[in-house]
Order: sequence, then C-alpha cells, then structure tokens
Amino acid sequence: MHSRIERPIALALRGLSKRFDRPAVDALDLTVYGGEFYALVGPNGAGKTTTLRMVAGLLRPDAGTIAIDGIDALADPVAAKQITAWLSDEPMIYDKLTPFEYLEFVAGLWRIEAAVAEARARELIDWLGMAAHAHERCEGFSKGMRQKVELAGALVHDPKLIILDEPLTGLDAGSARQVKNVLRERVAAGGTVIMTTHILEVAERMADRIGVIAGGRLIAEGTLDELRRQTGKGNSSLEDTFLVLVAEQAA
Amino acid sequence: MSSPATLSWLAGHELRLGWRDWSALMTAGRRHRVRTVGIAFAVFAVFMHFFAYWIVAGYADATVASDTATLVGVTGTLVLSWSLLLSQAMEAVTRAFYARSDLDLILSSPVSARKVFAVRMGRIAGASIMIAVLLAAPFINVLAMRGGLRWLDAYGVVAAMGAVATAAALALTVALFRLVGAKRTRLIAQIVAAVIGAAFVIGLQVAAIFSSGSISRFTALQSEWMLARAPDTTSVFWWPARAVLGDGRALVAVVAFGFALLALAIAIFSGRFGEHALAASGVSSTVVRQRRWRLSFRRRSPARVLRQKEWTLLRRDPWLISQTLMQILYLLPPALLLWVTFRKGGDAYIVLIPVIVMAAGQLAGGLAWLSISGEDAPDLVASAPIPAGRILQAKIEAVIGMIALVFAPIVTMLALDSLFAAMVAALGILLASAAATLIQIFFRTQAKRSQFRRRQTSSRIATFAEAFSSIAWAATSALAAAETWYVIFPALIALGILAGVRIISPKS
Repeated sequence: MHSRIERPIALALRGLSKRFDRPAVDALDLTVYGGEFYALVGPNGAGKTTTLRMVAGLLRPDAGTIAIDGIDALADPVAAKQITAWLSDEPMIYDKLTPFEYLEFVAGLWRIEAAVAEARARELIDWLGMAAHAHERCEGFSKGMRQKVELAGALVHDPKLIILDEPLTGLDAGSARQVKNVLRERVAAGGTVIMTTHILEVAERMADRIGVIAGGRLIAEGTLDELRRQTGKGNSSLEDTFLVLVAEQAA
Repeated sequence: MSSPATLSWLAGHELRLGWRDWSALMTAGRRHRVRTVGIAFAVFAVFMHFFAYWIVAGYADATVASDTATLVGVTGTLVLSWSLLLSQAMEAVTRAFYARSDLDLILSSPVSARKVFAVRMGRIAGASIMIAVLLAAPFINVLAMRGGLRWLDAYGVVAAMGAVATAAALALTVALFRLVGAKRTRLIAQIVAAVIGAAFVIGLQVAAIFSSGSISRFTALQSEWMLARAPDTTSVFWWPARAVLGDGRALVAVVAFGFALLALAIAIFSGRFGEHALAASGVSSTVVRQRRWRLSFRRRSPARVLRQKEWTLLRRDPWLISQTLMQILYLLPPALLLWVTFRKGGDAYIVLIPVIVMAAGQLAGGLAWLSISGEDAPDLVASAPIPAGRILQAKIEAVIGMIALVFAPIVTMLALDSLFAAMVAALGILLASAAATLIQIFFRTQAKRSQFRRRQTSSRIATFAEAFSSIAWAATSALAAAETWYVIFPALIALGILAGVRIISPKS
C-alpha cells in the first residue's frame, strides 16, 4: 500500500469558512488523498453537511479555497464538477422518470458518450439489483430503491471524487450492505470517497481515515488507532473516542 | 372544554387546523405578516364594494314581484356562482381524500372514523360557505344599502348554495371513486372540477356568440328564446332567486333544503370516507412501467437533456397538465368567436388577441414556476458541470417551447385571415410569456413540483405582478391590433411592472 504522502491529493480545503446566523464552518483545513475513504463525523450542527455542500458547488463559501484533484473549484466550478459526484441524505430523483431514463439524464448532464454511459448504466443497474425495476417509474419506489437510483446516477459518470451526506440513513440492512460494497469497490478501483455519517460503526469499519468536526472546525483526524491514541483510550470503540473528543472540545 | 374524541372536540381540532392552514396560506407562513394581511384585506374589501357598486347598484330596486327577465338574470348569476362553488368544493374533497397528513394517526386511533370524517366534511362545507359568503358580501351589502335590508336574505341563500355545492361535490367524488377507482379519481376529479367551473361560463359565451356575435355571457340569458321558454314566475324553480329578492318563505325553504342535503350527504358518505382515503393512499406505491420503446441512450447536449426532461415530466403528470393547461379551456369561446367572425367577415381581433395574450402570460407563469422553481432534484442539477446560466437558459427554452406548441395553431389560424393580427398576437404571446417567465426567475424559490397549487403563497407580489403583467401585455396587444399609437401606454406600464418587480425581488 502506498503511503499517504505519496498519494495525489484528491481534495484540499484551506481556511474554508461559511457563516449563516453563526459560523457554520470556521477556517476549516482538510486534505483527502486519492483512493482514500474518508469519513467526516461530528455532532448535529457541526458543519459537516455545509462543508460537503461547498465542496459539491452547492454553496459558495465566504472565505477559503477548495481544490479538487488540483482544480480550483471556486475559479473553475464546471471542471471541478465534471469529476465530482454528490449524494444527499434525502434521495432527490424524478418520480416520473424510470431509473434507466434518470441515468440517461445524468449522463447527458455530464456529457458522457451515450454508448459508454449506457454500458455503465446497465452494469450499475445489475450491480445494484435493480434490473427488474429499470423501466418502472421511480414514483412507487421505497427509500432504499431511490437511494440506489441516486447512487447509480452518481457513479454513471465515473467520478474521481464521490461526496456522500449520510448515505445509509433509512436503508435496510441489505440495501446498506449493497451501498457499502459499491463504495468499497470504487475506492479499491482508485476512486476517492468522502462521507458524513452518524453511524459511527460504519465510519469505524469502512473509513481509512476519520475526521471529527465540531463547531465548524476539524478537532481531530486520523485512523481509528490514531484517534484512540489522541484520547489515550487504548481499545475503545470509535463511539467512545468520538464522545471524549467532542466533550474535550466543548470544555 | 369538551371531552376528548367527542364530535365537538374533533370539530374544535378541525377548526384549529383549518384556521392555521388558512392563516399560513394568507401570510405564507410568516406570522409577522398578519397585520399587513389585515390591511390588505381591508383595502381589498373597500375596492370590492366599489366594484360591486359599479356592477349591481342598478339592480337594487328589483323585487319579488319582478318579471321573468329579472328572475332569469338572478338565477343565472346564482347558477354561475354555484358552478364555481362546486368546482372549489370538489377540489377540497379530492384533497381530503389524497392528503396523508394525519390520516394514519386518525385511522389507527380508537376514535370512530365515521365521526372524524363527518367532522372533516363539515369543515369542507364550512370553508366552502365562508368563501361564498366572503365573495358575495360586497354585492349583498351594496344591494342592502341601496335597496333595503331585505337584500340581506341573500346571505342565507349563499350559505345554502355552499352547503349544496359541498353535498354535490361529496356525491360526485365518491361516485368517481367507485366508477374509476382511486388511481384515476384524483386526475378526473380535478378535470371535472375545472370543467364544471368553466363549462357554464363558456356555454353561455358560446350561446351568445352564436346568437349575436357577442362574447358576453348575459346576452344569452336575456335572449327572447330563453325568456319564452322560462318557467312561470310562481314556479319552485325560481325560489332561490325569490329568496335573494327578499321572499322570506322561499328563503326558509332554500336554507332548509341546502343544509338538509348536506347533512344527508355527510351521513351517507362519512362511513366509507376512510376506506376511500386508504385506497387513495395506496396509489403512490402503484408501479407504472414505461413502454420500452427506446432502449438505448441518445447523444444529446446537456441543454437538450434539460429541456427534454422538463417536457417529459410534464407530459407524464396528468395532474400538472390539468392544472396548467386548463386555462386553455377559456380560449374556446374566443376561438369560436374567431370562427364565427370568419364566417361573418367581421373583425373581432381587438377582443380576441388580448384574451390569447393573457392566457399565454398566465400559462407561461405556471410553466416557468414548474421548470425553474419546481425542480425535484435541485442538488443534482446544481452539481452538474454546466454553468448556472446555461441551466436557466435551457429551462426558459423549455417553457417557450411549450408555449409555442400550445399557441402556434391559434396564431396560424389567425394568419390565414390576417397576417398583421397574427403578428401582433405572436409578439404579444412572446412578450407576455417572457415577462411572466422573468417574474418567476426574479422570485425563484426551491420547491417540489407537487406544491404547484400553493405556489402563490410563496410570493404574493410575484402572483399579482404576473397577473398585472399579463393584463398589461394583453391591453398592449389589443391597442396594437387596433393600430393606435396609444399602445405605448400599456406597454410602458408592462415594462414598469417588470422593472418594479426586479427592484423589489429578493437578491440571492
């Protein structure tokens, strides 16, 4: 395995700030490396979603820089978006389109060659176990199905960086396993995943590194072992470690 | 305080929900606006009383002993108003069937479903009566001021009309449920409601066009043919009209009949209402398979993909089509007038073109809202590698494309007779549509397409601006068709509305 230092930087945030009524993200510095699975955890209102929405180009930061695969996302958002995929916690798809049509729409937005996109779409539909529903309108789909359609849409343009906001919320065990497998395979294939989650076990099992964010600032970062060392709790779970870190920050 | 789960307790609960729903609708959910809304209401009430004075002051001397022409006129007005009330009541009943909100809680509670739904139907009737009374009040007040207190009896007739409209709406909607099932009832009920609301007005206009070439609906009501065939003045048929004119006995009968009918409808339908509502709730999980006529991805630009998406979503949503394109129904009389004019060789363009332009402006406003604000996957579109300006441009193109599709046949028909009239109409359609679309861009919000019916609540300014802009462009087109240089004034007003809206629109 390559060391972190040798890997290219997939995402670099420097001094990123966003203020609503109060600071939501406060001079945040964060680096995610290529081929890395990075989990961003933190209490409610810590600034996780705001951070990721700024990275995805859905919010304009008040200050700071965002570089995606070396591209300045604020100066050239179109180029940055071309290699990025965003998945929100609440699947937003079109009820009146079928998964097949939805994927064609997404591929069109990302200017993917029709034949390439179609082959990829068919592969994703099979992979996610949706072949039987590929030509049914999404309006009757469960949340898990909708989440899968949205995930397929995020992957159909083969992004280098996948940004996910609470992707497993509300999924049943089977669907959650499928989503986790897909993400693992993307990372194994060299893709980069940055994800927020409240399910700390998921972060513990899947992430190469974990960032703990509170009050809009990164208060701790590293592998699970590194975080444990930081808190001085040898074999504790991520949940215990997380609670100690957040409590220290609050104090 | 009443005991829980009794009729009065449930009625109190429904009243509270109804009040909050109504006040949210009026204030767009902003409590601090209550005072502003109150002032706006007072101004509107004063304006309506002046308007009512202009319309009905001349009829204040009419009495019970009046002639057939008066009774026909009053009855025609009542039927016209009632058809609109029925249309509104059908909308409300359909909404009650399909709204999930607290249905799961209610049906899983140990309260009698019949009792709950009886109260809910009562609430619909109450709302229907309240709207009817509020709208009729300026006219009745003016008549009472000018012709005496006997005119106040009309309030009773209006309340009875609201009760009968609700009873009929319940019967019609339940009949539709049984005939066509839960899946189709929503759409058909919406269309039937719109057609009922428009049909009587359009029917009278059509009759007037054929009889005298006029578009006024009252021409047909006062025609010799109609008066010769009207029942005798002592007939029961005239009781509602007689009640309005101050006949106390007729008033008691009309009110008793109206509320008895409502009570009967509630008693009959409240027991099955829960079952229908449950059936309606299953509709959303129905599987709809698309025909697999196209199995390959097509090579298209992002802009084309966006336009195509807008058109596909609209085409596949009959409810939205019924909500947006129903205005086309109102084009039927002008189109007919056009046809009659062709046959008679007259010139009706000054009447016809503004109606078309007005309809285009209103339709464009609705479509622009759907396309620009009603985006169901805003994050997906915003995170796509396309400049924001290009996305907006594609959406505007989608709106203009739909407007062109609807109005091209009418303009072509016009061009066959007068190229000048066709050009004026086409330009008017383009300007009114562009203005309505711009207003929607200035006031864009993020919403679900399913919130289309409530789009007016997000910005009253946008709603009024859209209406006034369409009226101003319609007036501009009429004066342009009349080839007068006065055209410059409404055009300046229309541009002024746009400029004003731009200045006061929220800055993102």
